[in-house]
Amino acid sequence: MTLPETSVATRRNRRRASSFATSVLRFAVTVVTTIFGLLVVTFFIGRVIPIDPVLAIVGDRAPAHLYERTRIELGLNLPIYQQFFIYAKQALSGHFGTSVLTSNPVLEDIRRVFPATMELATIGTLIGSIVGVPLGVLAAVRRGSIADQIVRVIGLIGYSVPIFWLGLLSLVLFYAQLRWVAFPGRVDIVYEYSFTPQTGFYLLDAAMQGQWEVMWDLFRHIALPGGLLGYFSLAYISRMTRSFMLNELSQEYVVAARAKGLSETRIIWFHALRNAAVPLVTVIALSYANLLEGSVLTETIFSWPGLGLYITNSLQNADMNAVLGGTLVIGAVFVGINIFSDLLYRTLDPRTRSR
Amino acid sequence: MSIAETSLKPYSREWLLSDRPTSRRQARFGRAYIVWRRFAENRLALMGLVIILGLIFVAAFAGVLAPHDPVVGDLRNSRLLPLGSPGYLLGTDDQGRDILSRLLYGSRLTLLVVVLVAIIAAPIGLIVGTVSGYAGGWIDAVLMRITDIFLAFPKLVLALALVAALGPGIENAILAIAVTSWPPYARIARAETMTFRNSEFIAAVKLMGASPFRIVLRHVMPLCISSLIVRVTLDMAGIILTAAGLGFLGLGAQPPLPEWGAMIASGRRFILDQWWVAAMPGFAILIVSLGFNLLGDGLRDALDPKEAGQ
Repeated sequence: MTLPETSVATRRNRRRASSFATSVLRFAVTVVTTIFGLLVVTFFIGRVIPIDPVLAIVGDRAPAHLYERTRIELGLNLPIYQQFFIYAKQALSGHFGTSVLTSNPVLEDIRRVFPATMELATIGTLIGSIVGVPLGVLAAVRRGSIADQIVRVIGLIGYSVPIFWLGLLSLVLFYAQLRWVAFPGRVDIVYEYSFTPQTGFYLLDAAMQGQWEVMWDLFRHIALPGGLLGYFSLAYISRMTRSFMLNELSQEYVVAARAKGLSETRIIWFHALRNAAVPLVTVIALSYANLLEGSVLTETIFSWPGLGLYITNSLQNADMNAVLGGTLVIGAVFVGINIFSDLLYRTLDPRTRSR
Repeated sequence: MSIAETSLKPYSREWLLSDRPTSRRQARFGRAYIVWRRFAENRLALMGLVIILGLIFVAAFAGVLAPHDPVVGDLRNSRLLPLGSPGYLLGTDDQGRDILSRLLYGSRLTLLVVVLVAIIAAPIGLIVGTVSGYAGGWIDAVLMRITDIFLAFPKLVLALALVAALGPGIENAILAIAVTSWPPYARIARAETMTFRNSEFIAAVKLMGASPFRIVLRHVMPLCISSLIVRVTLDMAGIILTAAGLGFLGLGAQPPLPEWGAMIASGRRFILDQWWVAAMPGFAILIVSLGFNLLGDGLRDALDPKEAGQ
């Protein structure tokens, strides 16, 4: 039986549309359950604190009726699932409570410090990709050579070194001994009043305002922490690039391109790398997410006023609202980056679309 | 079967490499020998093994090897002595304690963290993964959703929040790291299980009347172990770094325990003048996690030659 052309086409379209609908639905389910899970986990972490939140407010000499009233005000007399719903509702609308340390709403604090962390992670990922991808390609092309070994050792050390320790030692060398970089912090105190940032991304702000002197100072501040995070991202990216490139270079189209007489440079950089670029995008996105997390320890070392420093400072002061709010935000950003890289992968690789 | 095959001397090279083993024992030893030969060809992997064996040795004999007490120092005579001082090879810290002795004793804590996390996290991952992969259906869907949720969390930050809630201390740090490290193991065990859940030997055991419980425990789990061991070994470095990070932030082992991360934190104050106080524990962490990474890479290449060199 032969079907008319049009019918085949509509059928195919319908099938495509339905598979698209399923994948969107699956996507939505993933996002919703993951966010729900994040809320459940942070809720229970908040519940297992050995400190009684009521006592923390009223003090241990408060009379019983005051204690009871506060308990009801905090909603702690309700069944646990109702408490969770209240918590989830507040968290989803951005109410993470008030920070004990800064006495600001936690969300406001996070909004203030987050650009600093993003700036740092962006610089790190940029360094990691710009240096890491060529290194990985080099290692794959010259597999087994000295260059390959060196790239491997650089990667291995990156995977094995404690970032806070490397940060401390590099401060001793580059700040105390050589005086190449500035004192820990984000901007010199001299510029604190003459420079008014607008977006929170200082480098961008300084460039837009044409304050080149400030720009240079910002650069001297970000060089070390950004370089360190860049090194960690480089270790990961170069290793993955090498593995993807080895895979591509063993494909038949490379043999065909060689037989056709294309130059090796062209084959490597235009054909193989282009195909390796699709999974690489995912890797770079993941490395960005990792740097957001890695910034927790780095920021502590370099007094970088970002989310990581905010979380560790709150930790030291048992400021659980701030800690959990920060955890939730980093978790949500993680989920967001995963989704973004997944979408990007689908767009870049035509094979994932037709299936 | 030829006579020559059976008359080989047990445990000789030929006996081990024989492609017609006459007993289960011979087959098993033979396989292990082949894996070992592949592993031993890799010099870096051997170096990793030596480092880890060294760590175990040092942890076992810290009491004999350490020249001084790791907790009580000589406050009067030996504060912040530099490297190579007589009697104090790696110098002393601000409390006059010998850094070398503290590092030697600290190896016990490092080993404790790594072993306990592996003992807690690997079985959880193994059970969740194999059950999920073998059962399929809604059990699989639910378990994998839970796994994905934990995977979505940034590990260090979740561990930080957990320790902050439970209170600082090495036990809570171990618990927090274990809670954050099982999901990848579940993923791996599930993937492995899926590859052979429909194979004939499972069908055969099922026909013999084995319960799903027995199939998973006796037939599925053992086959997942080797890939799990590789992954756990590769993760050890990350576990050590996380534990050191928690220690550095004051959330892990508490003073006066000679935990390496906490030692870096206490040396931070003198970093500009007495850099060795903070530098030495970092070297110890670097060497040990490098050892685990090398060992893990070598194991992966030896057990799974497909992926070798990638």
